Amino acid sequence: MAKEEEKQYRRERIDRGINARSSDIFALSSWREIVYLVSPRVLPMIALLALPLIFQLGGSFYWAKVVVILAIVAILAMSWDLLRIAGMFSLGQALFFGTGCYIAGSLSYYLHWPIYLTIPAGALGGAILGTSLLMGTLQLRGIYFAMVTLAFPLLLVKVIQATAILGGTAGLAAAPFPNYWVAAYLAIGALMICLFGFRRLIDSDWGLVVRAIGQDDVAVIASGINVRGRKIQVLLISSGASAFAGTLMTHLVSYAGLSSFALEYSILPVASVVVGGGGNFAGALLGAGLLTFATESLRTLGSLRIALYSLLMVVFALGVREGIFPYIRRRYHQFERRVAVD
Amino acid sequence: MTAVLIFGLANSMGLALMAIGFSFIFGISGIANFAYGALYILGASIAYLLFTFLGLPYWAAVLASLVIMSIIAAIIYYIAIQRVRGAILSEVIVTMGIGLVIIEILRWTGFGGSNQAFLPSFIAGGLTIGGVGIENQRIFVVGVGLVLFLLLWLVTRYTKIGLALRAISQDELTALSLGLNNDRLAMVAMGIGTIISVIAAVSIIPLGFLSIDSGYEVLVFALAVGVLGGLGSTPGIIAGAFVLGYLQTLASAYLGPQWMMVVTFLAIVLVLLIKPSGIFGKQKELEERV
Amino acid sequence: MNDEPMLKVVDLSKHFGGVKAVDNVSFEVNEGEFLGIIGPNGAGKTTLLSVITGFLKRDTGKVFYQGKNITGLSPYKICELGIARTLQMVRPFYNLPAFKNIIIPLCSPRAIKKSGAKYGERDDIALDYMEEVGFERDSSVPYKPAGVLPHGYVKRLELARALAMQPDLLVLDELFSGMSMSEVASTMFIIEKLRERGMTIIMVEHRVKELVRVASRLLLLNFGKKVIEGSPMDVVNSPVAIETYLGSSEEVE
Repeated sequence: MAKEEEKQYRRERIDRGINARSSDIFALSSWREIVYLVSPRVLPMIALLALPLIFQLGGSFYWAKVVVILAIVAILAMSWDLLRIAGMFSLGQALFFGTGCYIAGSLSYYLHWPIYLTIPAGALGGAILGTSLLMGTLQLRGIYFAMVTLAFPLLLVKVIQATAILGGTAGLAAAPFPNYWVAAYLAIGALMICLFGFRRLIDSDWGLVVRAIGQDDVAVIASGINVRGRKIQVLLISSGASAFAGTLMTHLVSYAGLSSFALEYSILPVASVVVGGGGNFAGALLGAGLLTFATESLRTLGSLRIALYSLLMVVFALGVREGIFPYIRRRYHQFERRVAVD
Repeated sequence: MTAVLIFGLANSMGLALMAIGFSFIFGISGIANFAYGALYILGASIAYLLFTFLGLPYWAAVLASLVIMSIIAAIIYYIAIQRVRGAILSEVIVTMGIGLVIIEILRWTGFGGSNQAFLPSFIAGGLTIGGVGIENQRIFVVGVGLVLFLLLWLVTRYTKIGLALRAISQDELTALSLGLNNDRLAMVAMGIGTIISVIAAVSIIPLGFLSIDSGYEVLVFALAVGVLGGLGSTPGIIAGAFVLGYLQTLASAYLGPQWMMVVTFLAIVLVLLIKPSGIFGKQKELEERV
Repeated sequence: MNDEPMLKVVDLSKHFGGVKAVDNVSFEVNEGEFLGIIGPNGAGKTTLLSVITGFLKRDTGKVFYQGKNITGLSPYKICELGIARTLQMVRPFYNLPAFKNIIIPLCSPRAIKKSGAKYGERDDIALDYMEEVGFERDSSVPYKPAGVLPHGYVKRLELARALAMQPDLLVLDELFSGMSMSEVASTMFIIEKLRERGMTIIMVEHRVKELVRVASRLLLLNFGKKVIEGSPMDVVNSPVAIETYLGSSEEVE
């Protein structure tokens, strides 16, 4: 006599109907498909562009400024993610950030350069300086590379403190942005350029090689690629973007000081990517946005803020399989159901 | 000059004490515990709280702190580190994150900031050696260091658990196949490393005051010493500690106190650029071979 | 055809700690030849290949390729000159689809020069190479992540990766290990076709039987030293060869 067996279930993921209907040319078949494809890409961008308007014109000047900071952190996060994809695990984005800060600040303070010169100079200088400093470490194993990147910004802080150059502990006063709108839309514009630019890069064959290097750089060397050269290219891009973010910060707060090398600017990008999801840069943006807004309310509590996003970083790194963005994307394209196992 | 020699010695031993816990954990289980500095300062804080607010005699507070910290370390390992063991990126992220949470929450509770907290010295007073005045506590640090290193050496050489720890440090896969429980042992290593760090904390902090930022500083010192001398190798740690200790003392004496940290960070950066495996490094090549 | 040998290895030595993995090895390979390198486990075959292709730094000796001194060059430069190597410990890019694994070498300077392919065209070329090693482009295999493929498939993928660099000298390191008999036979067929097209090949193998059939010369290595070199039948039947293998559990068939 057959025994009654308990049914076992498993989770099954199936593409949504509309996902299947909107592949390739069929996307043009009706408005519904077009909206399905276009809205997740376009709506957030529209929202991002609208935020400064909403806050500034609505009178919440504080939150308007937070939007700019969000963009700055997002650029930092995306550039960190780029490095991570290439297999370079950096605990020191603050190095590039601070270098950009200081170059822009110095050019503004000592030479009185206008911001449309200090910003590109800061980004370029930060890229060159940051890459040169780290060039000798590219062959190090992951953990040692992390240690070096951790140490570098802190080294620069102590050097500046000890030698009192570049304003020493007090820092440098820098020119501010002419008005809020320049700051906000420059930052958001740069953010979008990074987002779409990095995505195109990673999806290209150039990016494929970079991804492969992140997985196994010896195999890539055996495939005839100059891995070191490619890593340097990635480092230049990442450091340039982070340095650019630094120049934005300098002119946003009219100040360039030791705090720009702080550990916080090395950890926030990591936390953003861990929470938001790595590999696709939109996750970095999402994570940066979430963390910036979630913790801004705790700014008065100072160190508790850092504790909070560190805690989030740990929780997500431990318990969550994927970041928030991949999760959202998956749910958008697929649905889950329980299916009996036969 | 004699002052430099003597203070350099004390400084070196202090650094060695700080570094050996971190190196022990890394050498045995391969985990770079970036929460190390946080645990150091947490242990000291717990001892302080028990001593100051519960009125426990100091030695009891220290002992209690050791017990509590080893439990905390085991919990951290079990909940967090075990899950991500093997994925270096995640290990660093998780340990660094935990360290940050601990340190910043401690800072938020108002510790070691303007209300300066002091830990009592084990031996008060001072003596004069060769015309230089030195606190007894510094000599105590040297003594504790020597005793600790001796103990460590004995334990790893002559006890079963020490043998097991050495086994997994050499070849985890083989150790596993021999029936050793790697996770348990890694947890033990973590516990031992943390206990060492607390012992270091209660010996060294009385020389100054309990400052939260030393949570970060100690991690940096441990890294610097480890990188200089070779992580995972005890003679390397001692050698690295002495090199860094004297470099720091010399820099502080002849250039100024703020140069001490410059020298420390410079040590990390330069060694990793030039000879990453350090003076006595275990890994001959840090780059992969085919 | 010039009279310069394609590859000339002179007094190459490499030691690790106290052990001499490669001990004063010298040999030459002429264009179009098929050199098989055999020897018991631990004889130093892979180390020899790693030194020649730039993955390890030699202690003494020189390597010349087409007359040029390539000693000490980095591996990617050696690839650029025309030497491609399969890795003994296969390392595919586990998360990437199999055919995308091949796009990586297609992005190398040499492949770009030789094929002139641009972004978008490489997918097709990668699939061509997959077909060359026996995976039909309309099968599901090229699109599966490399990490889920069985070992034998991964080894053929490795061969495809080396071929994608359009080398003049192909260096194969234990390609057949882990392959089933039928896979060995079909892969051997592919290699023979390459040989017919004029490719110079160096092959390290344990399965001597296959090598004897196709190799123009064999080189026997033991304890890092060259024991004997010559035509396959001469080497296999020589008393030294038999003596070399008697000590190990391998048999020369």
